[in-house]
Amino acid sequence: MTVWPEERTATIDAFNTVDMTINVGPQHPATHGVFRMVLTVDGEVVVDCEPYIGYLHRGLEKLTENHDYRQSMGWWDRTDYLAGMCCEQAYCMAVEKLGNIEVPERAEYIRVMMSELSRILSHFMFLGAFGADVGSFGTSFVYAWRERERIYDFFEEVSGDRMFPTYLRPGGVQMDLPEGYDARVRGLLGQLEQGLEDFDGLLVGNEIFVERCRNLSPVSKEDAINWGLSGPMIRATGLAHDIRRAEPYSIYPQLKFNIPVGRNGDVFDRFMVRMAEAYQSIKIVEQCLDLMPKTGLVLNPDLPKTLRIDEGECYVRTEGTKGEYGVYALAKGGNKPYRMKLRSPSFCNLSALKQMVVGHYVADAIIILGSLDIVLGEVDK
Amino acid sequence: MLFADPLFDLPSWIDAIARVIIIVLAMTVVVIYLTYGERKVVARFQQRLGPTETGPAGLIQGIADAVKLVGKEDIRPNNADRWVFELAPYATFIPVLMVLMVLPFAEDWGVRDLRLGLFFVFAILGLNIVGIMMAGLGSGNKYALLGGVRAAAQMISYEIPLIISLLCVVMITGADMGGGAGTLNLNTIAALQEDRPYIVLQPLAFLIFFTAMLSELHRAPFDIPVAESEIVGGYFVEYSGIRWSMFQLTEYASMWAFSVFGAVVFLGGWAWPFGADAHWSIQLGSTMVKSIGFILMIFWVRTTVPRLRIDQLMSFCWKVLLPMSLVQMLMNGVILVYDWPQELLALTSALGAGALVYIIIRRAIRRPSTDLVGTYKTLGAPAQ
Repeated sequence: MTVWPEERTATIDAFNTVDMTINVGPQHPATHGVFRMVLTVDGEVVVDCEPYIGYLHRGLEKLTENHDYRQSMGWWDRTDYLAGMCCEQAYCMAVEKLGNIEVPERAEYIRVMMSELSRILSHFMFLGAFGADVGSFGTSFVYAWRERERIYDFFEEVSGDRMFPTYLRPGGVQMDLPEGYDARVRGLLGQLEQGLEDFDGLLVGNEIFVERCRNLSPVSKEDAINWGLSGPMIRATGLAHDIRRAEPYSIYPQLKFNIPVGRNGDVFDRFMVRMAEAYQSIKIVEQCLDLMPKTGLVLNPDLPKTLRIDEGECYVRTEGTKGEYGVYALAKGGNKPYRMKLRSPSFCNLSALKQMVVGHYVADAIIILGSLDIVLGEVDK
Repeated sequence: MLFADPLFDLPSWIDAIARVIIIVLAMTVVVIYLTYGERKVVARFQQRLGPTETGPAGLIQGIADAVKLVGKEDIRPNNADRWVFELAPYATFIPVLMVLMVLPFAEDWGVRDLRLGLFFVFAILGLNIVGIMMAGLGSGNKYALLGGVRAAAQMISYEIPLIISLLCVVMITGADMGGGAGTLNLNTIAALQEDRPYIVLQPLAFLIFFTAMLSELHRAPFDIPVAESEIVGGYFVEYSGIRWSMFQLTEYASMWAFSVFGAVVFLGGWAWPFGADAHWSIQLGSTMVKSIGFILMIFWVRTTVPRLRIDQLMSFCWKVLLPMSLVQMLMNGVILVYDWPQELLALTSALGAGALVYIIIRRAIRRPSTDLVGTYKTLGAPAQ
């Protein structure tokens, strides 16, 4: 029997439902900023996902090319705005590598301490925001906020600003720590550990949370490498890839810490890896306080007022809070870089969103997006 | 007192209107202070203070909110279905108001003393879905559509265990009244609990009722239709001003209605523990304290647990709650037919309740959370 094409389509249409597109973002509570994704859903199941970025594009790289080396510091804070110190460290390391600038040892310890505090802060914000994504009505968020404010108080004390400290400088840090700072940091670490235990009880000990996150969107090691994931996303799959160990920089070789890894790269593992990392960061900060030279310079005194770098090219990799935070720098003389390029981990992790989301429920798509822990300042540069 | 017929020696139609006005006013006050109470309680759970600025300890915050909402612009989206959109808030509100009509707040205190009160309550509450579907479909918004469809699926499913858990109690009322089919009159059900509340005899039915109630109220962990982080409020996403506040009013009024209902059916209502002869103020106070206890439980659960996914929600209903409530009803039937002692009812139901609690937390207790961090080994570069 011949079935004419029109008839066939009519028959198929009678049994098929129409897919619906839902626009999520840029103003949506679950997108953590101004990210937008267009989900095509068949009922509640996502069949396609198209991400749109660029709503927070500020031309970071071009701005850096048009400013003095030290003037650009403030822009780099605002890439991963939850962990400004980590970004500053990467930028400063790039400039120092270009200009062969020495950093005093005490400054290195202060830098690592600050960026690890930033990492704890960023991971806390992830734990809180992720809890909100899973639907924990703000409680987890407020718990995270408490720890975040505590850490910001310490940033404010050294630099005068909370979110965007602009504390680091090429060649060291802006100024020395205030008196009695390290004793207070030790007190803070105890509070942070308590905060992590609160999260452990609130979310990890919760049946619904475990049930929602376990075996959700597992990523294999091969896929993680092929998709260019980094940071906690790749460590959740079981690969212990951490730039602080793989290509050590600053004083990390002298510090003892473990690299937490997951088992099968599902959402729960991503959550747990970040949580375990925060514990490790607390250990690192403790060691920094122990090993830090008690006195000494914190800023290279030989630097000229205007930093001029002749010629050079470098790529600096650091372990940002979201993954490999790389800075490519090219100098061709003068007081400005010729080219600055940011390899932002959030952007690379986000590029795998579609593969992870398709085939899951809408509610799970939101959780998977949350588990990527993107920061739009970093994605859009 | 309010059941007295007619009230104030007035013609029956004025009498009816007067009763409705009394209950609406009482409900409005309760709702305003429930929103205030929720904000305060949730704030304490979250280490905040909640409203403090409006009035002493923020006491008139609810009234200020109500005034603000009434003053806001009533926006209707262009592609909304006009009448469906505009009538939906009322269609959700009226069933809740009607439920409040039959609830006995104290002995003979209520608007109407219906013989089929319990049946009336869940028959009318089923109509709630109509308004929610109207809002979901009429808004012309995809989030609202998803929310409405989710709400319909969820409420229809959870109504079944809810009703069966209530029927378990109704079966026992038969035995308490000396044989027969029992009663559906809420006032009588409360009076029968003078010695012991039915939660003692039926803990499993109570747990099922409480869980299904959370689901019917769209409260966490079953707030899937209004999931803030997924579909931004669900079916009422497009509403603003007075219509949005109608939805809020409905939400809190139904929470209160359910709490009073649960207090009457399971916690002894006005009769327990002060006896049916207590002064009306004590009876009223005892009902209100029990319902507030219910509401605090709802707030507590809301601030603590995350949200379920829609398929987990459904499987929990059909694979756990429904079979357990059916088994409970069967056990009740066997025990009551053979006239075995009521302690057996309490025992079997308590065992069932233990099983239900175990099913809910089985994974969380098997994996001590402190171990989870420790199981993550270090691979690759060795720790130095």
